[in-house]
Amino acid sequence: MEDNNEILLMKGNEAIAHAAIRCGCDGYFGYPITPQSEVLETLAKEEPWKITGMIVVQAESELAAINMLYGGGAVGKKVMVSSSSPGIALMQEGIAYMAGAELPGLIVNVQRGGPGLGTIQPSQGDYFQATRGGGNGDYNIIVLAPASVQEMADFVDLSFELAFRYRTPVMMLSDGVIGQMMEKVVLPPMKPRRTMDEVRAECPWAAIGMKGKGKSVVTSLELMPREMEQHNLSLQKKYAEIRAKEVRFEEYMTDDADYLIVAFGSASRIAQKSIEICRSKGLRVGMLRPITLWPFPTEEIKRLCNHVKGILSVEINAGQMIEDIRLAVEGRVPVHHYGRMGGMVPGPDEIVEAVERMRV
Amino acid sequence: MKNEIIIAGFGGQGVLSMGKILAYAGLFEGKEVTWMPAYGPEQRGGTANVTVIVSDEAISSPILSTYDIAIVLNQPSLDKFEPMVKPGGILIYDGYGISTPPQRTDINVYKIDAMDAAAEMQNIKSFNMIVLGGMLEVCHTVGIENVVKALHKTLPQRHHHLIPLNEQALQRGREIITKER
Repeated sequence: MEDNNEILLMKGNEAIAHAAIRCGCDGYFGYPITPQSEVLETLAKEEPWKITGMIVVQAESELAAINMLYGGGAVGKKVMVSSSSPGIALMQEGIAYMAGAELPGLIVNVQRGGPGLGTIQPSQGDYFQATRGGGNGDYNIIVLAPASVQEMADFVDLSFELAFRYRTPVMMLSDGVIGQMMEKVVLPPMKPRRTMDEVRAECPWAAIGMKGKGKSVVTSLELMPREMEQHNLSLQKKYAEIRAKEVRFEEYMTDDADYLIVAFGSASRIAQKSIEICRSKGLRVGMLRPITLWPFPTEEIKRLCNHVKGILSVEINAGQMIEDIRLAVEGRVPVHHYGRMGGMVPGPDEIVEAVERMRV
Repeated sequence: MKNEIIIAGFGGQGVLSMGKILAYAGLFEGKEVTWMPAYGPEQRGGTANVTVIVSDEAISSPILSTYDIAIVLNQPSLDKFEPMVKPGGILIYDGYGISTPPQRTDINVYKIDAMDAAAEMQNIKSFNMIVLGGMLEVCHTVGIENVVKALHKTLPQRHHHLIPLNEQALQRGREIITKER
């Protein structure tokens, strides 16, 4: 694991595994499922327990994996799980418990077609599940949407940073396109795992014994409703801070755009090609790509919608993010949706036609 | 330079690895590359395909509606991808098992009887390198020397003794590809 800036060619799933080792991840727990099994396979092949001491566990199920994440988070470790849509559905209880207990952890969802067991091909059908809090209670988790193999690598470290800064689970919401495609990538520099002393200093809340501090209780249970309401209010205060500070997005050719596409992850890549085609036809189309799906770039869309005649939400689903766009737009311009479902992925031409339909 | 390429055939013909070698060769030439497989059940017994883009500039979509170059290695792939070649683009097909040959007159059509040539060479596994050699003879997407470098990169060490055989296959492909129109 030499440290250099070599440009490599690899799959998005492989990039996640390499980035995890390099950014000082303490443990990975997972259960194989297409289209993300290369994460676990790559970790098994790289044997990081011999390099950094990072542990890799093939759990007996997704339920086991998410509860291992809870355990790792509770003792202040940088831990992660990865799975695909149906597996992530199984993990929702554990994610809600982590949100309630304010535990850091990274959950990678390489989405496939649904609902239910669905297909193994790419989809973005889990937007609602990821951004609304798929489990019970009033909570949100930070959701990052990588659109390239490079971002698959870069967002691992970023996710851990955010997870510990806000003591919250963070999800990387990817899909079968970004997971399975090979692209150029420069891996992040090697960073050592944190020592126990560093964990003690940085995570006073961690349940790692009372040495040098009082006791730490990690739980999402509180029998007194009045105290549970206070806990909820403090969670909401934290979510407000995240909304204020952590919105991330990217704009593409929005300066002179008459029409705006909003798309994330793989859909944004396809939409970018559609914009190239539209521009060659003299159609001025731009794009806003949310990088954080929660918190959502509401203010940016609000600002941009004053300059465009219409917005097209391009998603590989039946229209989920469109609800957040409409909340931002508040009826000022028409908002349309184009998408495919069940593992079918739209081609650039289909999106161009959808833009052209908006004009009439 | 930007080549948007689809390679399609039966699972087991070496379609995905041919794409991977092409992508690595592009990487060695300092180009932007993407390799996007149609993964899933079609790999097992049905048709397999991979989209490879090699470009001087940043690549937006790894998924395309039309292609500069289509390499089709069976009838279902020919039927599916012939209509998706850009006018003036290139279609390369293997004649083996083809009952309905390409129909379009607004594209450049090349035929390569790689299946027959691989049988002649008594090495059916060299099929995909014969096709790749033929493709590079007409498309010049990457240099042959970088394909050989890519073989070193993608083949496990224990198979490196087969690289000279693959080089012969690449050369054979360059010789036998013929322009139909």
